[in-house]
Amino acid sequence: MNSFLMHWTFAIPEIWVLTMACVVLLADLFWGDRLRDLAAVLTVLILIGAAVLTIFEMGQSGTTFAGLFVLDPFTNVSELFSYLAVLMVVLYSKRYLMDRGLYRGEVFVLLLFALLGIMVMVSGGSLLSIYLGLELLALSQYALVALYRDSVVATEAGLKYFVLGALASGLLLYGMSLLYGLTGTLDVRDIAGALVNVAASNLVLVFAIVFIVAGMAFKLGAAPFHMWLPDVYQGAPTVVTTFLASAPKIGAFALIIRLLVDGGYGMLESWQQIFVALTLASLVVGNVIAIAQQNIKRMLAYSTVGHVGFMSLGIVAGTEAGLASAFFYTVVYVLMSLAGFGMILLLSRAGFEAERIDDFKGLAQRKPWYAFLMLIVMFSMAGVPPTVGFYAKLAVFQAVIAAGYVWLAVIGVLLAVIGAFYYLRVVKVMYFDEADAEMGIIVRDDLASTALSINSLALLVLGILPGPLMAFCFYAMQGVI
Amino acid sequence: MHSSLLSYAIWVPIVGGLLVLAVGDRRAEVARWLALLVSIAAFAVTIPLFTGFDTHTAAMQFSERVAWIPSLNIFYHLGIDGISLWFILLTSFLTVLVVISSWRNVKERVAQFMAAFLIMEGMMIGVFCALDAILFYVFWEAMLIPMFLIIGVWGGPRRVYATIKFFLYTFLGSVLMLVALLYLYFHSGDSFSLLVFQKTPLGMAAQVFIFIAFFVAFAVKIPMWPVHTWLPDAHVEAPTAGSVMLAAVMLKMGAYGFLRLSLPIVPDASHKLAWLMIVLSLIAVIYVALVAIVQEDMKKLVAYSSIAHMGFVTLGFFVFDSVAIEGSIIQMLSHGFISAAMFLCVGVLYDRMHTRNIKAYGGVANVMPIFAALMMLFAMGNVGLPGTSGFVGEFMVVLGTYQVSPWAAILAATGLVTGASYTLWLFKRVIFGIIVHPEVAALKDLDGREILVLGTLAAFTLLLGLWPAPFLDIVHSSVQHLVTQVSISKIPA
Repeated sequence: MNSFLMHWTFAIPEIWVLTMACVVLLADLFWGDRLRDLAAVLTVLILIGAAVLTIFEMGQSGTTFAGLFVLDPFTNVSELFSYLAVLMVVLYSKRYLMDRGLYRGEVFVLLLFALLGIMVMVSGGSLLSIYLGLELLALSQYALVALYRDSVVATEAGLKYFVLGALASGLLLYGMSLLYGLTGTLDVRDIAGALVNVAASNLVLVFAIVFIVAGMAFKLGAAPFHMWLPDVYQGAPTVVTTFLASAPKIGAFALIIRLLVDGGYGMLESWQQIFVALTLASLVVGNVIAIAQQNIKRMLAYSTVGHVGFMSLGIVAGTEAGLASAFFYTVVYVLMSLAGFGMILLLSRAGFEAERIDDFKGLAQRKPWYAFLMLIVMFSMAGVPPTVGFYAKLAVFQAVIAAGYVWLAVIGVLLAVIGAFYYLRVVKVMYFDEADAEMGIIVRDDLASTALSINSLALLVLGILPGPLMAFCFYAMQGVI
Repeated sequence: MHSSLLSYAIWVPIVGGLLVLAVGDRRAEVARWLALLVSIAAFAVTIPLFTGFDTHTAAMQFSERVAWIPSLNIFYHLGIDGISLWFILLTSFLTVLVVISSWRNVKERVAQFMAAFLIMEGMMIGVFCALDAILFYVFWEAMLIPMFLIIGVWGGPRRVYATIKFFLYTFLGSVLMLVALLYLYFHSGDSFSLLVFQKTPLGMAAQVFIFIAFFVAFAVKIPMWPVHTWLPDAHVEAPTAGSVMLAAVMLKMGAYGFLRLSLPIVPDASHKLAWLMIVLSLIAVIYVALVAIVQEDMKKLVAYSSIAHMGFVTLGFFVFDSVAIEGSIIQMLSHGFISAAMFLCVGVLYDRMHTRNIKAYGGVANVMPIFAALMMLFAMGNVGLPGTSGFVGEFMVVLGTYQVSPWAAILAATGLVTGASYTLWLFKRVIFGIIVHPEVAALKDLDGREILVLGTLAAFTLLLGLWPAPFLDIVHSSVQHLVTQVSISKIPA
């Protein structure tokens, strides 16, 4: 039993978030009515605390709880970025939630539990803990999407997400059980050891890998498993969409690292081929279908699919540099989509969702600063320097060319050009079109607009000096293979 | 001692542009003066590059090299040789003129307008200084953003179509270059340095692949026939100042790319595909010039004439002769002055009449004598009359080409005749004749500001035409070095 608890301190950030999430739940129950900001403020403090705890344990690595829990640089770095993402969501959300009567403790508690799920996923050392983390995240997400009960689309989105999400979890779980049957262990590192003696053509193994990758692709939102994404992104309250498009992507990326790289790196060639197909499908589906969208949330949902395609280029490469660039891409994507959805939040007001692309008409005249921020976000998503989105693409292209897939890089860059078109359309609407007369005022929101300014300008500053962030992501992937 | 001059040349206008942006559109007058101040300061910091330049060496001067993105081995590496120097000076000089020329005729969102030009100036200078492939690419692409906004916000009626076409065309061209640069990275031993790329041995197949990727990027930018169709649209819709920068500097970037990347990095493929480049250049010189003759819109005519003139430039590159290449560089500089002036002349008329249709004019000389005299000079320069800068470049290109391929030279020389026809015919229809339209009779001649701008350009057109020696001295060593580089095969034995 001693050995089970040895190094339990590795899990302190997780324990902290779990405990404090329960505290928020109780505190909100007692004082929530009188102190409306209590849950939000507590959440911010909890996130800061968690970040401090995580920074303290940086540099250590090892396993605890009999291998259920892994601590390595990847755990630390992805947890830090997850805190940041949740923090930004909280900062953006207040006015939007208040306008819709959703500014209650549950939202923040669910966000914290979702965060905990992500943390368990990134530090999971066993199929069991990874799956538990995944389900904790997924259940919190279903509840968050359906939280806005008065909205029909949100309820519909919640149900769709639940049904399809359960199916994906089922696929993943089935794959895991096949893997368990084949190797007789749940521990990912033991699985890696046991797989050495299994032929790559073993039918059970092939099935296991296909099921696991399919489940992952669903969680990531890679085509052709992306069907849920546009509906859920569009239907969910924008605050929840902002969350869905940020931290959980880090969790989904962790699935790849923990299952395929830690566990199945020996089978690289088997899953690499599946990822080539996923990449191609995502790039085409995401970038082409987004052109036809009129709703910006839906457009950004397809753009997510496209971004997942670019990110998977790094996974296809399969090298340490490739995975690091994919991780860098994920982090950059999280920053970009936080800013993009944050802008929609900022322009929304009671009874009005700024979710049509036309709602951005003439923004450069109505609110030049917001238009400029959105301009940065759009060019960053399109991958135009000097924004950080360019370096994310540069890194994955470099990795995939190094791995010998020049043709894939050529297809990738061509689809990036197609993708540029619909980002440009947003810029066009903001800068070149006149505002309609009936467009209402933009409600002043100092906290959110300051946070958004920092977030968007970071895309530009990191574009001029991308070195440190990139080095940080490369550090996270050190020795992962 | 001068180690950070190039950084100043890049960052003074960019930071200054941000300051102008911060001033805001409400204080338009402050924004104008600040923009002028910044552009003059930016020009001033490029002058020491000229005075301190050593003409005896082809090595990179004023070099700066700092690690920028260590994870990917990317450096902030700057340096210039004789080929880049003139373009930096041209850019910083023209920005001053552009700021002055837009003083009154841009009335909306003044601060944003001026800021876009200043920021673009810094990025364009960055392209001419960058010696790291990724740095080069970053400046190359980043430049599109301000230009996209300049055309889209301050442009004409079909500006949205034109600017999106401009952006997507050039973006499509450049992304393939990115793939080629990344490919080179792995063949040069993990380096992004352009100087290392120039020494990297490459097989013929790889060279052809890289050449084509570069070609797409540069040909779109120059633009060469048949990927030139974005240019007339962009020019027609762009505000005058936008057209000036587009024609005078941005088009030169494609040509510069051929000199800095294509020729030295893939010399064998350049030789192998030279015939294609010569054919495309001749098509530009002959066919596009014919297209220019039938234009009814003055700006479109000047735009097509730009494409034809750039045809001479690319022709000069791909005969691999030092006289021709020097001629091409002079032609680029000269075209920088003359096309800028031609667009400004069209702008002067447009500001007064709000039409660019040639038929709406006639007899302008009667009411605007100073304007007519200046435009005469630029028209002569556009034709390539001896004594103007246009003559020197075209003559050297034809001369150099003749030594290699007399037929190409003869065909190119016909371009001089067509050039004369469209320019002179335009001039005749607009300036000479009797006044038929009452609006023309009411035209006012140039004001002091316009005389200053056009007069300066006129002075340079004559200076470069009458005394090109100092211009040639600076490029000479670098071109000799380039010609040697191109003549040595890089195919591994």
